[in-house]
Amino acid sequence: MEASKVIHAIYTDDDVLMSAVKKVKAERYHIEEIYTPFPVHGLDRAMELAPTRIAIAAFIYGLIGLTVATLMMNFIMIEDWPQNIGGKPSFSYLENMPAFVPIMFELTVFFSAHLMVITFYLRSKMWPFKKAENPDPRTTDDHFLMEIAVNGNASELENLLQGTGAVEINLVDKAH
Amino acid sequence: MYTFSNKLKTFSFILMILGALGVGYGFMTSHKSFEEVEHLLAEESHHGGGHGEAAAHHAAPSHDTHAVAEGHHAEEAHTEVDAHSKHVTHVQHQIANRPWSALYVAAFFFMMIALGVLAFYAIQIASQAGWSPVLFRVMEGISAYLLPGALIVLAIAVASGTIGHYNLFVWMDPDVVAHDKLIQGKAGWLNIGWFAVRGLVFIAGWAAYRHFARKFSIAQDSADDISNFKKSFRIAAAFLVFFIYSESIMSWDWVMSVDPHWFSTLFGWYVFASMFVSGITVIALMAIYLKSRGYLPFVNENHIHDVAKFMFGISIFWTYLWFSQFMLIWYSNIPEEVTYFITRINDYNLPFFGMVVMNFVFPLLILMNANYKRIPWFVVMAGIVILAGHYLDIFNMIMPATVGDRWFIGIPEISSILLFAGLFIFVVFTALTKAPLLAKGYPLMKESEDFHY
Repeated sequence: MEASKVIHAIYTDDDVLMSAVKKVKAERYHIEEIYTPFPVHGLDRAMELAPTRIAIAAFIYGLIGLTVATLMMNFIMIEDWPQNIGGKPSFSYLENMPAFVPIMFELTVFFSAHLMVITFYLRSKMWPFKKAENPDPRTTDDHFLMEIAVNGNASELENLLQGTGAVEINLVDKAH
Repeated sequence: MYTFSNKLKTFSFILMILGALGVGYGFMTSHKSFEEVEHLLAEESHHGGGHGEAAAHHAAPSHDTHAVAEGHHAEEAHTEVDAHSKHVTHVQHQIANRPWSALYVAAFFFMMIALGVLAFYAIQIASQAGWSPVLFRVMEGISAYLLPGALIVLAIAVASGTIGHYNLFVWMDPDVVAHDKLIQGKAGWLNIGWFAVRGLVFIAGWAAYRHFARKFSIAQDSADDISNFKKSFRIAAAFLVFFIYSESIMSWDWVMSVDPHWFSTLFGWYVFASMFVSGITVIALMAIYLKSRGYLPFVNENHIHDVAKFMFGISIFWTYLWFSQFMLIWYSNIPEEVTYFITRINDYNLPFFGMVVMNFVFPLLILMNANYKRIPWFVVMAGIVILAGHYLDIFNMIMPATVGDRWFIGIPEISSILLFAGLFIFVVFTALTKAPLLAKGYPLMKESEDFHY
């Protein structure tokens, strides 16, 4: 089956990589993945990746944190045992709210930050002891790698990539 | 080059004339005689509702109930009558204070916009920001209002103690000071002469920075080297040091001293946050307006996005300081300090908490989304609410000390806003016509023009 074959085009410069991505996109090839040692500004836009929605998730997590803080303190301080502590009014949540704001704020930030990070790990499939998915160790140092699926057009693709300034083009069997 | 359109000029004159008429009306109607106020109070205690209710609470126990119950004790009755006349005089004074305070709040509000913009401008230069230079001429234009605006504020403050009847600052009234140990203790600082001198020193410092920054900025346009830029950088750094001291002291003098029995250590920062966010908001509104007229082709949505981020961030910073001041005083509940907030919560409930919604909740929700910060009408909408909120903020600082529960946002307040809005528009847009809207020679200008977020 041809579909399990991919081409790895390796670049040594992020500017060259960017123009290569634009060229490959213009020729309507599908880029499977790009491996870079550092974030390349504008690469996601050039690859036409959908924008991330993690900020929306973080906002929702923040709201959850705020709710947790409010319900918790309302139950503990107002409903369960409305004790008079130093004359602070514990008749209703609103009356004593200024004292609760620091906790409400912190829990909002706590939930928002931690759940967002965990979401990020889950979505990008990262965890301890995970096997690194690195096609070429040089991509963590100073090389950039573009991976394109081959569908019986290996030679035209290789020609195209040659023209984009790739320093190395490998046809790889991706065994699953 | 910007040309001040005749339409806008006429508009600013109309605002000023309408405002001046309204301010005049406010002063004409605020001089009530003792009998008139007495009559007014009696009427209010009959009808109840609104402010009348609060006033009736004051009036009733001292006047009606007690007098009827213990009326035959001549001496008691005498003190009751005394308390009654004291109350009426108090209310009479509050009514007379209203147009002064309305004028002062509006004057201070527009002055602080210009001062906030000047501080922002100095920070942009001192930090050598790469995104903002395309907006420098807009900032310079807005800060042109600072000199006249600050002089007007100081003039109103001093006039209230010299030609007025101590309508803003009770510590200016020698009669009050004579009976007040606390103010006597502060008289070394709070006296009209020293107050005026301090104010003039601050205004001179700010205006001098503004003058030289503008001069170097225009000189840089046609210069071959960057010596003007270097000078501008140095004076910006020096100004920021001067500014943070002078702004702090100015806020004690011009704002906090309306309540001379009260003090708060973070007050200077709090006023600063208010002026900073108002100033940044006005920069955004002006940039959007001028861009919509085609005068700022080099300003793109990325610049608007950055200004909107500042509006968002500093709104939260303001809330942080507002809450820190409120919560610390609420929590410890020390009588000397807490009266400040008790009068505000009792008599100014809606403006006091309403401004927190306008200055915090609204911008928080509207400006959080990155895409919304790039849409001009979203920024304009948030900006208008933020500006109204910060007007209320100043209103809440001044009014409770001068007019107490006799406040209303009516003709004197709105006219004062119109008057100074007209003056502000006139001065700022006139200043904009004086120089090209792009500060060409600034070394970071290319970076700013190509700025992309």
